[in-house]
Amino acid sequence: MTALLAVRGLNKSFGSVVAASQIEVEIEDGEVVGIIGANGAGKTTFVNLVTGYLQPTSGTIAFEGRDITALPPRDIIAAGISRSFQVPQVFASATVFDNLLIACGIAAGGRFPLWRPLRRRELLAEADRLVERFRIGEYRDQPAQLLPQGVRKLLDIAMALVRQPRLLLLDEPTSGISVEEKFAIMDLIMGALRNERIAVMFIEHDMDIIARYAGRVLAFVDGTIVARGPPETVLADPRVRRAITGEPMPARGTAT
Amino acid sequence: MGALARGPWLLPLVFGALALLSLVLTPFLVYLLTVILARGLVVLGLLILWRTGLMSFGQALYFGVGAYAVGLAEKYWGLRDAFALLALALAASAAMALVLGWLLRQYRDIYFAMLSLAFSMILYGTLVKSRVLGSTDGFTVPAPHFLGWAPGPALAMHALLLLTVAAASLGSFLAARYLASPMGHLTTAIRDNEIRVEYLGYPVRRAIHVKYVFAAMLAGAGGALVALAVGHIDPDMTYWTTSGEFVFITILAGPGSVLAPFLGAAIFEAVRTYATAYAPYSWQMVLGICLLLLILFLPRGVWSLFGARRRAAP
Repeated sequence: MTALLAVRGLNKSFGSVVAASQIEVEIEDGEVVGIIGANGAGKTTFVNLVTGYLQPTSGTIAFEGRDITALPPRDIIAAGISRSFQVPQVFASATVFDNLLIACGIAAGGRFPLWRPLRRRELLAEADRLVERFRIGEYRDQPAQLLPQGVRKLLDIAMALVRQPRLLLLDEPTSGISVEEKFAIMDLIMGALRNERIAVMFIEHDMDIIARYAGRVLAFVDGTIVARGPPETVLADPRVRRAITGEPMPARGTAT
Repeated sequence: MGALARGPWLLPLVFGALALLSLVLTPFLVYLLTVILARGLVVLGLLILWRTGLMSFGQALYFGVGAYAVGLAEKYWGLRDAFALLALALAASAAMALVLGWLLRQYRDIYFAMLSLAFSMILYGTLVKSRVLGSTDGFTVPAPHFLGWAPGPALAMHALLLLTVAAASLGSFLAARYLASPMGHLTTAIRDNEIRVEYLGYPVRRAIHVKYVFAAMLAGAGGALVALAVGHIDPDMTYWTTSGEFVFITILAGPGSVLAPFLGAAIFEAVRTYATAYAPYSWQMVLGICLLLLILFLPRGVWSLFGARRRAAP
């Protein structure tokens, strides 16, 4: 069986700066993969390459066996890969519900979604289902610009789901969220994705989150993957500890 | 939101009343109402662009294209039928906007505004220099026929007003449908966040292109109807001050409803008509002061008066 996503020999350089070097990745259906790495290690570049925001210098990306290298973002989204953003990209002046409604309208649309109104029964119901699924009913009628960061992140992810992707890329889903709330937010996200058989690839700096939610981890250093496998193996890898987690781990709680 | 959101009865009611009214008006008021509704169509197009945060400082381009399509077809082809002339003006402005749209859709904000201004001034320059196109004098446009019926001048003006009422009601109906559609909302969303629209899988530039062509067709229809009502066309119809007037009316009217442009055009034409009569040398100052007061006290345009009253009602 072919992998859901197969990345082969992917390279990207900006002038003399190498942002991605010989990246090889396979993602299986329904897998949850964590991506770790220091700032500037090429994690977001990798996500941008897969979603078509950047064009690779060389290498190929195949999705469900079909070559999607260098397609524009909207074709990649149509193929079944969606993403969320480190800085949530929402319609700031619209309410939570209207954000989701517009997203559903575009997803339902076709090339020129002109004639039928946006506020029609099936779209309203779909937007409400998303509100329910992400448990943001409390904020339903608030404009997105006034939302707490965690809710805005959830909204951003909910909007990424309207195209019913088979692979969802989350760029730091818990960044900007307080430590106490991180697990709650991740539980919500994973809960909303359960039963959907959506493969998830998420970038994360918090190793506790990685250990808890990732089935498999890819560790990026200087634009390339230096370690991969189950979290406990990767997090114990000396190269990972040197370059990413930072210190040869002392007992928990005594770190300075 | 659009007038349709406020109840589907509003559009036929307003335009039906106007059609009935046209039967009892004096010839001058028939003429004035025709010009108001025709110019309101141009402003309706600007309102649609404005919803995306785009403002064209050169909408007189399409106003002129519509007017000249009518004038040239009458002069060189002997085409006199109002419906055929209107269709021709729509086709000409749509074709022009389709071409220029490929370039304009890449720009936003002041760049979009200035580039649209530049295009309109190119047309102005061409018209002024070209003898075939009437040069600075332009040429007269004879009264139209209606599907083989050739009424006298006074009756023709009444018939033209009815046609203009029909065009204005159809235009606002389509505009309201458009603004209520996913695509209409989508272009409002573009103002908020283009990246998100792209990542929902819809090409932002295509959405802007469609809206630009729609606005141009409304302006082309307005230009054609004004040409037939005034009976004369000249290059001033495409000059930047004409574009400026349309922007002026758009701001005066406010983005509240698809009917707002017609109200705005009515206020503008009324002030202009009476200010020219009573203060022939300072009517522009009177207009300027009106706009200043409106921006100070009604920043969402005159239409916000209706919205406020509605909200206050139980």
